[in-house]
Amino acid sequence: MNALKRFFGLLWIALGLYVGYDRIVDSVAKISSENLENRIFGWVVLLVLTPLITGGLCLFGYYALKGEYDER
Amino acid sequence: MKTSASAPATTLPAASSIRSVIAASSVGTLIEWYDFYIFGSMATIISTQFFPKENPTAALLSTLATFAAGFIVRPFGALVFGRLGDLVGRKYTFLLTLVLMGGSTFLIGCIPTYESIGIFAPILVLLLRLLQGLALGGEYGGAATYVAEHSPTDRRGYFTSWIQTTATLGLFVSLLVIVATRQSVGVAAFEDWGWRVPFLLSAVLVGVSIYIRLRMQESPLFQKLKSEGNTSKNPLAESFGKRENLKMVLLALLGATAGQGVIWYTGQFYALSFIQKACNVEFVQSNYLVVIALAIATPGFILFGALSDKIGRKPIMLLGMLLGVLTYRPIYQAMYDISDTSIKTEIPGQTLTNAEAGLVTTSKAFTDGTTWTSVQKSPAEPPRITVTLGTSGFWSMMGLVLIQVIYVTMVYGPIAAFLVELFPTRIRYTSMSLPYHIGNGVFGGLTPFLATALVEKAKLSGTPQAYLEGLWYPILVAGVCFTIGLVYLSNQRTNTQHD
Repeated sequence: MNALKRFFGLLWIALGLYVGYDRIVDSVAKISSENLENRIFGWVVLLVLTPLITGGLCLFGYYALKGEYDER
Repeated sequence: MKTSASAPATTLPAASSIRSVIAASSVGTLIEWYDFYIFGSMATIISTQFFPKENPTAALLSTLATFAAGFIVRPFGALVFGRLGDLVGRKYTFLLTLVLMGGSTFLIGCIPTYESIGIFAPILVLLLRLLQGLALGGEYGGAATYVAEHSPTDRRGYFTSWIQTTATLGLFVSLLVIVATRQSVGVAAFEDWGWRVPFLLSAVLVGVSIYIRLRMQESPLFQKLKSEGNTSKNPLAESFGKRENLKMVLLALLGATAGQGVIWYTGQFYALSFIQKACNVEFVQSNYLVVIALAIATPGFILFGALSDKIGRKPIMLLGMLLGVLTYRPIYQAMYDISDTSIKTEIPGQTLTNAEAGLVTTSKAFTDGTTWTSVQKSPAEPPRITVTLGTSGFWSMMGLVLIQVIYVTMVYGPIAAFLVELFPTRIRYTSMSLPYHIGNGVFGGLTPFLATALVEKAKLSGTPQAYLEGLWYPILVAGVCFTIGLVYLSNQRTNTQHD
């Protein structure tokens, strides 16, 4: 189980980076929209949601990879 | 399930006392949710009073009020009040959040309209809405912690589940007060001045709740820590600056609260939006559907909270997420089909068309009791379609919403006990509040907006069944959260009496 937890760590880091890339591309399109609500929504996703997902998953993945969640 | 049991070092209250602790905490939290929801429930009226569309600054402030209070400020409230709660105590901190919330709500009801004081009106509303968000961010963690720290270890899930009912009940009470006020004063007076009544009423509700809470004692576990001089000197640094606690905060967020947040918002809010926008179900009928489903399912919070004391928090919460992942698409397809008049049998000779005052109204009736109405202002504009479901359609639709609300009760009922048990008493308020409000407020709160954006994108690209594409957001978040929870969460309950 510990090996699986560590291996999955890589998966979370990769997922965090992919979601970050995807959300940045999408948010930039929204920010350049004419619609005010879309623009603000784009900024919220870019500045609030994306850092949380990317930062959270990457840090979580790093801890998992280092064995922080291993059963002792 | 394994439980580390040993004799408590603190004296827990008797059964009658724990009931008053739960009542006092739950009533206050319910009032905070009431305050938070009445703003959203009366968004249309508030817009006309404070945020005229023709003024771009006011429109900007309106959008900021929508996003900022619900999603951005709540985690900051969790940090500010969580820290305070771990430094000075739970009782006074969640008294403060109650005063802040009640005061802000009352003052929103007092602000002169945009017509009277111009741009100051929307600025004041935005500021007070931000204070509401801050207060809400501080309230929940305090109430959950306070109740949990009064509860015996083996019944913590049951006792804290009462706190979990308050968000749903707060929505109920807000809708009831709004409808009752509107019925009492009439629609015209309600839109003129009557909308202020639910806001002003908050002062009375909060006053009663403050009186009750002032008579309560500090949490016995926190009191013990304080008397021993073991309270945290810097809860923020201990919670998020130390790896051993930060990794648990991340686990709570990514393995539980983010999934809980999207399941919660999908079942209680996106379902309503889908019924109204994708299924075109009539406004009052759609609200009845959701209100009935919420009323039937609310005891589920208590049921699953109590069950989590027997079999653990993890299996119940993860099952709720898994069921959402597996069944959302078929459920929403079935909801769509119930209102889809193209697959119903029309009653011949009952199609009526009426052109009056520039409006062309067409209505059709179907053999299952459903009626369909189209109102068109001009040929250039798309018609406004309204579907009123027949009896069987109504109850089938309600059943599908009910299933989703049961998932909500599974993920939400045990989560307060789960979060409380994950962190030590000295930094519990801070540590549990942040992942809860990021998971519920940010991941969950953005569900309706992200889902709608996905649907619009799918429509533009001509995706078949574009109306289901919005579900990918809750499905993916809940799926990732389920996997992380399954692999990394322990089902072991810790005994926080001695931490």
